[in-house]
Amino acid sequence: MHAVYIVKRFGVFLLIVWIAATLNFFLPRLSGEDPVRTKLLEEASLGGYVHAGIDNMVREYQQRFGLDKPLWRQYLTYLGQISHGDLNYSIANYPRTVVGMITEALPWTIGLLGVTTLFSFAAGTILGALLAWPRAPYWMRWLMPPLWALHAIPFFLLGLVLSWLLAFKLQWLPIFGGYSAGATPALSWGFVFDVLRHAVLPALSIVLVSVGGWALAMRGMMITTMGEDYITFAEAKGLHSATIFTRYCIRNAILPQTTGLALALGQILSGAVLVEAIFGYPGIGALLFQAIEENDFFLIQGIVFTVIVALGFATFVLDVIYPWLDPRISYSQS
Amino acid sequence: MLRYLHRNVPLLVGLALLGILVAFMGIGALTVDVGSAQPLSAPALQSPSWDYPFGTDRQGRDLLAVMVAGTPLTLRIGFIAGFIGVGIGSVLAFTAAYYRGPIDTLIRSIADIGLTIPQLLILIIIAVSLKGSLTVNQMAIIIAALAWLSPTRTIRAQVLSLRERGYVEIARLNGMSGPEIILRELMPNLLPYLAATLVSSVSAAILASVGLEVLGLGPVEAPTLGMTLYWVNFNAAIINGWWWWWTAPLVVIVVVFLGLFFLSVGLDEVANPRLRRSA
Repeated sequence: MHAVYIVKRFGVFLLIVWIAATLNFFLPRLSGEDPVRTKLLEEASLGGYVHAGIDNMVREYQQRFGLDKPLWRQYLTYLGQISHGDLNYSIANYPRTVVGMITEALPWTIGLLGVTTLFSFAAGTILGALLAWPRAPYWMRWLMPPLWALHAIPFFLLGLVLSWLLAFKLQWLPIFGGYSAGATPALSWGFVFDVLRHAVLPALSIVLVSVGGWALAMRGMMITTMGEDYITFAEAKGLHSATIFTRYCIRNAILPQTTGLALALGQILSGAVLVEAIFGYPGIGALLFQAIEENDFFLIQGIVFTVIVALGFATFVLDVIYPWLDPRISYSQS
Repeated sequence: MLRYLHRNVPLLVGLALLGILVAFMGIGALTVDVGSAQPLSAPALQSPSWDYPFGTDRQGRDLLAVMVAGTPLTLRIGFIAGFIGVGIGSVLAFTAAYYRGPIDTLIRSIADIGLTIPQLLILIIIAVSLKGSLTVNQMAIIIAALAWLSPTRTIRAQVLSLRERGYVEIARLNGMSGPEIILRELMPNLLPYLAATLVSSVSAAILASVGLEVLGLGPVEAPTLGMTLYWVNFNAAIINGWWWWWTAPLVVIVVVFLGLFFLSVGLDEVANPRLRRSA
């Protein structure tokens, strides 16, 4: 029963991978011509220090995706290439592969997003639950308006304000990059501290915005749950109000909240891309920004593909955990 | 009406914020020469003064003129994409939820899977693939291409709960056809909800457009709010201490998002009065 559910969810994940690859292949060709070919030829005619490499790439590209071949053959070639984890070379930084550049950037993004998302989800959920609890201290009500206001603002806009305030005005934090320019990446306390200092601004702009969102959603869910009959029944039984609050209200309200997390991953990531671009934080977002500036088509495609696959996988993991949180799910699927 | 607004505070706040915005655009369009939103029409990098209340940027644009010209452009992208998105979304959602069966499964699966893919990334691929700079309208169409996913999902859920109601059953027994029931029985009942969905779609579309623009994939010639922020980032205005350059677009965008957000919360409350006790 559980196995069938997991296999089904994995099927959806594979479907997402296939859709990502297909979109990556067909969308650029919608405009009638192949922008990759155009870009490569342009680059080749310019010459310069990457010239020899570009010539090689043009030759290889023509050979693989030659116009003489029918579209479906080109498509199959592309799928085969991608299934081997080959995302081609970067056009702007030729000898480097797209996969290599992405693996270098990925840990930064996973670190930043993993920590901020988990933290703001946990903090926001607890805060939202307290906001709905009649016995919570009165001053907590004053938190609502700022939470609402922050929640409606995109991450990177808050990032602009924070970087002006904390980095430019007060000079407490570095404004740009993932570590100081002179620092050599090593596993020393000094370097770790440097990295953390650089991560504070991007992390803060993500956390402050998302905590509000999770708190508002959780509060709404709690209020709905607290109106249910089984809560009235629990009160009638004379259970402690703390027991009702944690074991009855929170336990039930957290289910839709978790579904919300799975749905919000994509949005969080889109927001983080912009935050990284603004702060020059050396993750996927900044790499994507750089790739767009340099018109590096293979790199853009590679990043888009990798990110969609990674998010699909994260969704899959959440889906697998979900029946454990809500035992009703695994039964209804059989 | 006024009394109702007094009870529905989010609606009041939303309408007030958007009202301020409309007033700013209206008065601005009448009193400010929008031509100075182009580069080289004012001395560069002036901090706010009597002549240039919002200051000027490095390329010599008068930022007040940029805001007056750019705010409607950004809103236009949002409204075009939002309307198309909710339009397509409602057609799909009503068809899926009313007829059920394989059509429903298909539409639901597409919307569900499509929503797990971050839209900004797909938009980036499309924008990069189209050669040359985009116009504001092209930008709106590109964003509309994905803007129907979320409305489809939410409207479908609402229709599902409505279609089992008694009056729909009676209409069915009276021999009303499917499209007729959808148009005359279901639609009118969902109007406030559709309005709330429209507002959040417009907001999502504006967010997407600003995101694309900040990454440098927007209409380079147009003085939209997102493009202004792109130039802010491009010229490192924050490190250089040119605070007025980013303050103006930031305030306008925040007002836009807050206004739309409170409007949609308020409309949600109109659509679902049971929420009222939670407010």
